[in-house]
Amino acid sequence: MSHRAPPSVLARLPLDLSPDLQFVRRVLILNHEEIILAMPDDETVIEARWRIEPGDQLLLSEHAGLGALQLKDADKSKAQWRFTLSHRQAAEAFSAQFNTINAAPSALLAFDATEGAAPWLDEPLNDAPPPSTWTLFRLWRFAKPYKGQLLFGFLLTLAATAATLVPPYLTMPLMDDVLIPFQNGVAIEQSTVLKYLAGLLGAALVAWSLGWARTYILSRVSERIGADIRTATYSHLMNLSLDYFGSKRTGDLMARIGSETDRINLFLSLHLLDFFTDVLMITMTVIILFSINPWLALVTLIPLPIIAWMIHIVRDRLRTGFERVDRVWSQVTNILSDTIPGIRVVKAFSQEARESERFYQANQLNLKVNDRVNRTWSLFAPTVTALTELGLLIVWAFGIWQVSQGAITVGVLTAFLAYIGRFYSRMDSMSRIVSVTQKTAAGTKRIFDILDHAASVPNPKHPESLYGRKAAIELHQVNFRHGNRGILHDINLNIKPGSMVGLVGHSGSGKTTLVNLIARFYDVSSGGITQDGTDIRQFNVEDYRRQIGLVLQEPFLFFGTVAENIAYGKASANHEEIIAAARAAHAHEFILKLPHGYDSLVGERGQSLSGGERQRISIARALLIDPKILILDEATASVDTETEREIQQALDNLVQGRTTIAIAHRLSTLRQADMLVVLDQGRIVETGQHAELLERHGYYYRLYQAQIKLNEPAERNDTEPNCAALTPPEGHHHVAN
Amino acid sequence: MLPTNLELSLNAFNQLLMHPPGAASPIPVTPVRAFPIAAPDDAIALVDHHGAEQAWIAHLTDLVPNQAELIRQTLANREMTPLILRINHVSRFATPSVWQIETNHGATEITLKTEDDIRPLPSGGYLVADAFGLQFKIPPRNQLDRQSQRYLARFL
Repeated sequence: MSHRAPPSVLARLPLDLSPDLQFVRRVLILNHEEIILAMPDDETVIEARWRIEPGDQLLLSEHAGLGALQLKDADKSKAQWRFTLSHRQAAEAFSAQFNTINAAPSALLAFDATEGAAPWLDEPLNDAPPPSTWTLFRLWRFAKPYKGQLLFGFLLTLAATAATLVPPYLTMPLMDDVLIPFQNGVAIEQSTVLKYLAGLLGAALVAWSLGWARTYILSRVSERIGADIRTATYSHLMNLSLDYFGSKRTGDLMARIGSETDRINLFLSLHLLDFFTDVLMITMTVIILFSINPWLALVTLIPLPIIAWMIHIVRDRLRTGFERVDRVWSQVTNILSDTIPGIRVVKAFSQEARESERFYQANQLNLKVNDRVNRTWSLFAPTVTALTELGLLIVWAFGIWQVSQGAITVGVLTAFLAYIGRFYSRMDSMSRIVSVTQKTAAGTKRIFDILDHAASVPNPKHPESLYGRKAAIELHQVNFRHGNRGILHDINLNIKPGSMVGLVGHSGSGKTTLVNLIARFYDVSSGGITQDGTDIRQFNVEDYRRQIGLVLQEPFLFFGTVAENIAYGKASANHEEIIAAARAAHAHEFILKLPHGYDSLVGERGQSLSGGERQRISIARALLIDPKILILDEATASVDTETEREIQQALDNLVQGRTTIAIAHRLSTLRQADMLVVLDQGRIVETGQHAELLERHGYYYRLYQAQIKLNEPAERNDTEPNCAALTPPEGHHHVAN
Repeated sequence: MLPTNLELSLNAFNQLLMHPPGAASPIPVTPVRAFPIAAPDDAIALVDHHGAEQAWIAHLTDLVPNQAELIRQTLANREMTPLILRINHVSRFATPSVWQIETNHGATEITLKTEDDIRPLPSGGYLVADAFGLQFKIPPRNQLDRQSQRYLARFL
């Protein structure tokens, strides 16, 4: 160890892996002279040091969740350090710092990139409370607007419960003052009997009417709470980024919004209500019992702690069981949402039997999981019943002994038995609340999983106005990574307002990702995208997207009329606007041929229309909103050449005067582009106009040649003159296909 | 391409080089597993910087032992899928959840972002992706101790 004053630390990188990939914690320290490997908790304990010599380079690389930093000079590797990507940002800062002191020309750029990324750090993982029965209290957020009605309902419950407790009380005087004296030879006094009977009837009537009012009000409220939860979850879901939908399965989300909210609803309207009544009933009964005879009351309550203990034991087991049941149920629905849209593929490969088998298997698993829960559950309920029977037995025995001692009257014992009948039946139903509560808690957790998921494309607190901004898009040092994979690297691109940019490259080169970033379906990992000089993250997401028209390879039509589908982006559009858009999209004529014209229904996926027709409807949809920015993602890739020509004409109308970003596999589609951007493996490899790029004999040239070769067998005489220079036009593809 | 005449070496930068017969200069290559989960030791491609396949190795055992060792070493240095031996503690049963685990690469903690990051394997085990993209393997449930099984069950 050296004893001179340590030079100032420039950067620190916590390492969590050793060179042979064991999880070991160390820290890597950079100063002006050397790189030091030290212990994380005491940086004076140094394991190794490397002098930095002129010409040394620090190379940062990553693969499959692992990062590596290599120190090398011109002819060998001097050292290598490993870390997991949780320290990726520190590693980038570290190598950037290294490059500033050991200035290599390319290094400065990398430093810029990390600086640009600084204000947009990854969001911390959101902090949801643990799922327990306490999750249910989060439902209060939805109950709050109805608290007046809830309070009223509660008061009604209180009154109704009290009313139901009157009849057993009246058995006491009936027994002691009427029946037993009669057995002992005293005549029955009619007026007394009538008085008591009237009391019984009155109590029953009051209990009935109060119970009715209570159930009605509370069910109404809970139905509304359920609806609110469903709406809130759905609208939250709609606002989540594409990222979220990419990682979730449709069946699972459907199950959550459909059946989970239903279960919560049922819980609130039925089970919770019952539970409240039960608790009230039991409390009141206990008070009454104690006021009549404390000793007998004590004996009556003996099974209570045993039942409470049992509930506690079973609770945990049931909850985890029910969570599993829910998950397995999602699996079952997932199979449905998987196969039904893909039914053509299933049938084409005649895999019906296999799909049935898959469903059978999921169902079997569902059975198995349910069986396991039911095993616990089935034992639990009868045990509670048995314990209550036992309780009754104890009361009988103790009661008869007390009566024989003369300590209580027969009337008191009868009243007790009447009360206890109710008491234990309540106890029994109350124990059921355990399972429904756990079920609902599990469901609530799954609902809040959605609600707690913060949108990964957040809206700014103080959005900038988009009004009057030109559609000039600039990408500056854009990097994008998905999970542990870097998809786009150092993209710099300047798109002038009103110009058309064509994105070209092999599939997987990052074209669609780039377009998704411009449409802000995702946010960049580092760097920035600006419109007219302002970072797009400073605009309101909806406002920003509203100025973008999107035409996708697979046009999606919603169930509804043709007119509704065209007006999807602007529901207020009148008939003239819709028709104008359809005309411009060359869709007007075929729409008129449909049996109900613009009022024709198109199926779930627009089944009754051909690919080209659907595409033209989606172009009309994009035209109608009159977007400043237009994104065409392989808009003509999935149709035949004849249709492509029609679509192309429609697109030509669409493109005029708008900033257009077009992705096309067939280079012919991009014949009017002002600039072509060639992407390869997430990097821009070439930019320029068609002729210019061809002369360069680079990447674009090879792509172009490959397409020519593909079309070679085709006759060339029908080539349109204006695009002859680019690529053999659409007319040739039918031969190649 | 037949792998039997494959000649490999490591350069001073720890980069795997392939010496194609007759070629003047060696090609730097990266070994890539075609079935990293289903068959990690079979079906390995040697890929150059442009992602083009330069050689195909159907089985590592087809190679001369020291060449196979070079590839194994490069793969081991490049990627890992630690096997989770024990789950000592989980911060909570809702995701995101931080797990304290013991693996065959030592003890560490991982963050599970969502339950969907646990993927069942045909072998009966599971594959877990942590929040930063590192993959961990979990053996079939019955090979874990009871506590780990109990923790795991809450997320399945």
